[in-house]
Amino acid sequence: MSTIVETKNLKAYYITNAYGVERTVQAVDDISIAIQEGESYGIAGESGCGKSTLLKILLGSYDPPLRVVDGSITYHLDGKAIDAESMTLDEKRDLRWKTISYIPQGSMHVLNPVRRVRDTFHDFITAHRNVDKDESYKMTAEYLKELGLPEKVMASYPHQLSGGMRQRVTIALATILWPKLIFADEPTTALDVVVQRGVIQLLKEVQQKKGSTLVLITHDMGVHANLADRIGVLYAGKLVEEGATRTILDNPRHPYTKFLINSLPSLKDRGERASIPGRPPALDKPPLGCRFHERCPLVQDKCRTIDPQMITVAPGHRTACHVVEEELSHVPSV
Amino acid sequence: MFTTLRDLLRYSLSFRFGTIILLFAALLIVLSFFSPYEPDDRRAVARNEAPSSEFIFGTTSQGQDVFWMLTFAIRNTLIIAGIAVTIGRGIGVMVGMLSGYIGGMFDRIVSSIVDSFIVIPRLPLLILIASIMRGQMTIFALGLMIGVLDWAYPSKRYRAQVLSLREREFTHTAVFSGMSSWKIVIQEHLPFIVPFLLADIVSGFLFAIGIEVTLSILGLSDTDTQSIGSMIYWGNYYQSLLTNKVWVLIAPIGASIVIVIGFYLVSVGLSDYLDPRKRLLRLQVKE
Amino acid sequence: MSQASKNTPLLTIKNLTKTFHIRQGFASQEFDAVDNATFTIDSDKPEIFAIVGESGSGKTTLARMMLGMEKASTGILQYKDRVLADLSRKEMKTWFYKEVQPVFQDPFAAFSPLKRIDHYLYETAFNYKMTDKKNADKYLDSVLHEVGLTLAEIKGRYPNELSGGQAQRVAIARALVTKPSLIVADEPVSMLDASLRMSVVNMFRKLKDDNQVSVIYITHDLATAYYTGDRIAVMLRGWIVEMGPVEQVLGNPLHPYTQNLKLSIPSINTSAEWDERIDLAVVETDEYTRTGCKFAGRCPAVMDICNHHIPPTIHHEGRDVKCFLYDDTIEKAKTTRSEHVAN
Repeated sequence: MSTIVETKNLKAYYITNAYGVERTVQAVDDISIAIQEGESYGIAGESGCGKSTLLKILLGSYDPPLRVVDGSITYHLDGKAIDAESMTLDEKRDLRWKTISYIPQGSMHVLNPVRRVRDTFHDFITAHRNVDKDESYKMTAEYLKELGLPEKVMASYPHQLSGGMRQRVTIALATILWPKLIFADEPTTALDVVVQRGVIQLLKEVQQKKGSTLVLITHDMGVHANLADRIGVLYAGKLVEEGATRTILDNPRHPYTKFLINSLPSLKDRGERASIPGRPPALDKPPLGCRFHERCPLVQDKCRTIDPQMITVAPGHRTACHVVEEELSHVPSV
Repeated sequence: MFTTLRDLLRYSLSFRFGTIILLFAALLIVLSFFSPYEPDDRRAVARNEAPSSEFIFGTTSQGQDVFWMLTFAIRNTLIIAGIAVTIGRGIGVMVGMLSGYIGGMFDRIVSSIVDSFIVIPRLPLLILIASIMRGQMTIFALGLMIGVLDWAYPSKRYRAQVLSLREREFTHTAVFSGMSSWKIVIQEHLPFIVPFLLADIVSGFLFAIGIEVTLSILGLSDTDTQSIGSMIYWGNYYQSLLTNKVWVLIAPIGASIVIVIGFYLVSVGLSDYLDPRKRLLRLQVKE
Repeated sequence: MSQASKNTPLLTIKNLTKTFHIRQGFASQEFDAVDNATFTIDSDKPEIFAIVGESGSGKTTLARMMLGMEKASTGILQYKDRVLADLSRKEMKTWFYKEVQPVFQDPFAAFSPLKRIDHYLYETAFNYKMTDKKNADKYLDSVLHEVGLTLAEIKGRYPNELSGGQAQRVAIARALVTKPSLIVADEPVSMLDASLRMSVVNMFRKLKDDNQVSVIYITHDLATAYYTGDRIAVMLRGWIVEMGPVEQVLGNPLHPYTQNLKLSIPSINTSAEWDERIDLAVVETDEYTRTGCKFAGRCPAVMDICNHHIPPTIHHEGRDVKCFLYDDTIEKAKTTRSEHVAN
């Protein structure tokens, strides 16, 4: 498997200056990830952890006040390595249309309410390729059939469809042209469970059929469990743990990840579940040392002053935590 | 309040310039009380003098100092506009917001009244009234009339704003907190409307100044009272253009343009500052 | 349902229906957002009554009717011994709103972003005469303690300065100021992060146990409904299709729709069953206006009778189910079912 997009020590801050007050929000602080071609990579974390910002950077669509302050983003396409910062605006736009597809949050509102679905598809397809109406209708019909969406969707207006169907139609729209890289931002938030299931299944099918790479951003671990191959957990702008999905869910090492997983209710028992005390730090004044130390039950003196670095717990599983580092150093290496 | 003003003056370029212009206009108004001449004095000074160090804007063919005339003119025009805006927007806000919030039959009746007012052709009506009342039109009466004709259309917009605010969840919270309708409209909804209101006030001033100047140029207002429009009227009456004494006209025209620009700049700066979304950004920063 | 209670029930709902008219061109179609809902909340013991369903199931309309925000089309809606529709505006403001308070879905929309958040707390306290000016701070502080906050923490702050979890807690605190008997919470945790939901949901449990407040908890998240609720009602396109004690309904669902819902929950313990392709509704109005059972289009156990007749509500295994499968009076074509399963 080869890397398709990677970031190295990426730092992206929002720097604003309004009415004499300057404020720097360290939204993405020193993040290094390498997404492999053809995989489903999930980015997990609460609101305010920086995942939306990371998404914007990966998409290449960001404007001041958001700036890349340090580090690099590199796309590996057609055997070439392209540094995002060196691309012109036109090149970035080109990239977005041809290779990258983006499914935004609340995407059901993206559909044009005064056009029938098949015409919206036609508009989209002809913006990228030269086809006439009949051809694009045929393409659309075939693709919808492949994904298991009913044919009557084509002649409908968006408001006639149910919310879940709209969401799935939007996903079909975003993926009909074989994008290599699909970014989905909270595709299931605010949808109910039944629709969520349909959306997740659709994403899975799309990804498998086309062999695309899927980057999924959501705070819902249940979605990651059913869709992602690997998960990266973000907290307060930092990557705190990364590994294969089952590893993260069954054997999390970072205290935050553990808390995150334990706080989810399940249908197995109604016992009292603890919630994480406190709240994430404000990113304009991040705390010294480990960003989680104020809420961490295992906090030590070192955590308050030194920022932990990423260490490898097992092949493909890394985390940034002093306590884990210590645990590992006591384990005799085999 | 004062920190707001200080912030605005310091950081908003348009607000700063607009305020300077309006302060200047205010200065002229204050000067009008110290004018060495009465507003309707004729032959007080040498006639038809071009602008010089003695007569900053020159003199008219009737022997009036254009500069001092201008101070009166600005004062009167702005008084008229002020009355018009106070009456117009005052009624407009109250009617619009109440009818939007209460809804039902009340809203329907009021809306039909509002619609009737909107259809009235304002300028022809004002011309008609002014020509009937010629000479007996006081400043107050003119301001009142303009105001009464300019409240209807704005009130529709306030009503529209309240209609959408009414469905917002915090309105429901306010209802369940036991607040009366009146309190909700004033405490919860009005703050959202204020930025819009300020821009609307400027628009009201512009309309009133425009109408006043139009009526006066046509000689329909009290031509003995100095106002920007009447200065232009008298300037035309005495053929200032043809006799090449353009300074008589340039002073009032220039003044009206500059004042209008001043209002505009202030309103742009203010609405930018008060924009709820920008406000939130600033509030966060203050932490 | 259990034995009849001696006191008047807290909330009585019988055959409650809300009909909406939608215009399609020149024709107008009507559909029932809530169709003959019937249930009762007793007043002797506080409980958490969960109402779950997809979006479009009618649960929000039901909530709005219970809060008096929406007028019912037909049916009985009674709070304690008064019929809601008969209350005058004054009675609503002085009595009903004191007894029944809402918690809305979006904590940031529930408060005006231009007003400090404690403004609503003070307003509620004064308007219902819960305290006087002198003791207001003390009273509000004690109410905020119930939700794990202090007045000092939030005094003078604007809603956007708080986190979603905190803001929602303040919203709950505001609802508690009037010492209500019933709180209607419409999707109170849907907009919060998964990790924050637990703290808010735990709070409802505490309110029931310590403060004797009954809660109607409306959600599409079955997991939190299971965790918090005592009884649960499952709604589908306006119908209550299954209702009963939560451990039974969710532990061993009878209605095919409930079974489908339970299966659809994405859990961190994945299952192959979950991966089976499901059928989603295509056009919402189709299901609303269907004759017969509204679930017939998607039901894996559908029988011929389901397409033509509305299923009755049957009491079976300790709960109410609206399904022909449990109707002993009809001649169940067992062959149909087994044929269907074999396919």
